Amino acid sequence: MQVYARRRLVNYIVIALSFVATGFGLLWLVLVLSTLLINGVSAITPSLFMQMTPPPGSSGGLLNAIAGSLAMTAIATAIGTPTGILAGTFLAEYARASRFGEFVRFVNDILLSAPSIIVGLFVYELMVVRMGHFSAWAGAVALAIIVVPVVVRTTEDMLRLVPATLREAAVALGAPKWKVIVMVAYRAAMQGMLTGVLLAVARISGETAPLLFTALNNQFWSGDLNAPMANLPVVIFQFAMSPYADWQTLAWGGALLITAAILLLNITARTLAAWSSFRQ
Amino acid sequence: MTAETMLAPAAAGAHRRAWGDTAFHALTFFFAAGVLLILSGVIVALIVGALPALERFGFGFVVADVWNPVTEKFGALAPIYGTLVTSAIAMLIGIPVAFGIALFITELSPVWLKQPLATMIELLAAIPSIIYGIWGLFVLAPFVQEYIEPALINTLGEVPGIGMLFAGPPLGIGVLTAGFILAVMVLPFISSIMRDVFETVPPMLKESAYGLGATTTEVVWQIVLPFTRIGVFGGILLGLGRALGETMAVTFVIGNSHHITASILQPGTTISAALANEFTEAVGDLYLSSLIALGLILFVITFIVLAIAKLLLIRLEKQAGR
Repeated sequence: MQVYARRRLVNYIVIALSFVATGFGLLWLVLVLSTLLINGVSAITPSLFMQMTPPPGSSGGLLNAIAGSLAMTAIATAIGTPTGILAGTFLAEYARASRFGEFVRFVNDILLSAPSIIVGLFVYELMVVRMGHFSAWAGAVALAIIVVPVVVRTTEDMLRLVPATLREAAVALGAPKWKVIVMVAYRAAMQGMLTGVLLAVARISGETAPLLFTALNNQFWSGDLNAPMANLPVVIFQFAMSPYADWQTLAWGGALLITAAILLLNITARTLAAWSSFRQ
Repeated sequence: MTAETMLAPAAAGAHRRAWGDTAFHALTFFFAAGVLLILSGVIVALIVGALPALERFGFGFVVADVWNPVTEKFGALAPIYGTLVTSAIAMLIGIPVAFGIALFITELSPVWLKQPLATMIELLAAIPSIIYGIWGLFVLAPFVQEYIEPALINTLGEVPGIGMLFAGPPLGIGVLTAGFILAVMVLPFISSIMRDVFETVPPMLKESAYGLGATTTEVVWQIVLPFTRIGVFGGILLGLGRALGETMAVTFVIGNSHHITASILQPGTTISAALANEFTEAVGDLYLSSLIALGLILFVITFIVLAIAKLLLIRLEKQAGR
C-alpha cells in the first residue's frame, strides 16, 4: 500500500509540474503581448503613419520605415515565392525518392533553421561589398533567401498530400506531366501553398538581423532601391536602444504594428490551412 | 493514306508533350539546384570574408581571449564562450518546460483544449526576436535586476564553489537574462517536436501500460520516452540550433562586453550579438574580416548541430514509414 501511495504521489507531482510548465509558457505569451499593448497603443497616432522618423529629441512618425518594410517584404516575396514553389515542385514531383532530392531536402532544412544573421553576412559579401554601398535591393535579397526554404518545405509537403487518384485521372485523359502538376496538383494544393507563403511573409516581416548589414537604415524617405532604406525592425532596434523617450515610444509603436501584422498573418494562414484540410 | 501519315499528328503531339515535360522538369531542377547554390554561396562568402583574419591570427583566433579594435588584435573566445553559455542556460530552462508542455498537451489536456493550447504555444515562435529583445530590455531586465538577481546573490552566491557563478552586482543586463529570453524563444520549437513525436507512440502500447495499472508518469517515463527518445533528442538539438544563432533578442539584453567572467550575472557577448552591434561600425579590413570569421564559426557550430538533428529526425521518419 505504501508503494502505491508513493507512485500516486510522484504522479501528482509530475502532473502538477506539467501544469506549471504549460502555465509558464502561456504566461510569456500573455506578458509579452500585454506589455506591447500597454506601451504601444499610446504610440499609435495618426502622425505615426504620416510623418518620417525624427531626429533625436523631437516627435515624428514611422512612415518611411513602414513603407520601406512593405517594399522590401513585397520584393522578397516576389523573388522567393516562385523560386520556392518551383524547387518544392521538383522535390515533390521529380525527386521523391532520389538521392539528389534527399540531399536538396536536407540542405533546405538546414537553411530553414540557419541563423538569419548569417544570411545577412552572405548578402553583405555578395551585394553590398560589390556594389560598394548598402541598398534596399540587398535587403530584399536577404529576406528572399529566408522566404525560399519556408516555401520549398510547405510546397513539397502540400503537393505530397494531393491524392494519386487525382493525378491518375488527369494522366488518363492524356495530359502531360507538367500539365498534371500545374493544372491539377497546384490547384488541389493551392490553400496549403498559400499558407506557406503567408507564414514566410510573417517570418520576414519581423526579421532584423539580415537587414542590419544590407538595407541598413535611412532617416529620410527614399524611393531608391539602390540606396539604404528605412525599415521597421532596424528602426525599432535603433530607437529602443537609444536614451531618448520620444524614440523609445516610437519603437514600442513599431513593435506593436509588426506584432499585430504577424499575428494576423499567422491566424489567417492557420484558418486557411484548417479550412483546406476540412475540405479534403 | 498510309498508317504513317495517320499517326503523324499524334506523334507530333507526343513530341510536343515530351518537350514541355523536359522543359518543366529542367526548370524545377534549376531552382532546386538554386537551393544548393544558396548554401554553398553562404559557405564560400564566409570563408572568403574570414580569410584575412584567419591568415593573420591562424587557429589562435578561436582560442584567444582578446578583442581590441584599436590595436587590431582579435580573438573569438569570449563570443564563443558567451554563445555556448547563453545557449546552455536556455536549454537548462527550456527543455524541462517544453517537456512539461508537450506532456500536458498529449497526455493530460482535455481533447477540446489540445489544439488551442498548441496554437498558443506556437504563436510564441511567431513573435519576432526583436520584440523579445525590446521586451527583455524594458520589462524583463529591470525585473531580474530588482528581484531575481539579488535573491540569487544572497542564496546561491553564498554557496562555496558555485558561488562565483552568481558574483557581482545585480545589473539586470547580462548572460543570465539573455539565456532566460532564449529559453522562452526555443520553447515552442522543442515542445512542438516533442508533441509530434509523442503522438507517434502507438496507443496500444500506452493503453497496455495503463491497463496494467501504470500511472501517467510511469507511462511517459517507461513507454513514451524510450519509444521517442531519438525524436526528442532531435527536437532538443533543433532548439539548440535556434538558440545558438539567435541575434536580436540577445543583443538587447547581453550588454556586449568582450570579457569572459565566471559570473552569469555579468554582461557578456555572443557571436551574433557582436556581429549585430559592431558590424556596421567596424572600421578597418581586419576588424571586418574578424567579425566575418566569427560568423563563419557560428555557421560551422549551428550547421553541425542542425545536421545531427536533421539526420536523427530523418532516421525516425524512415522508421515510422517502415
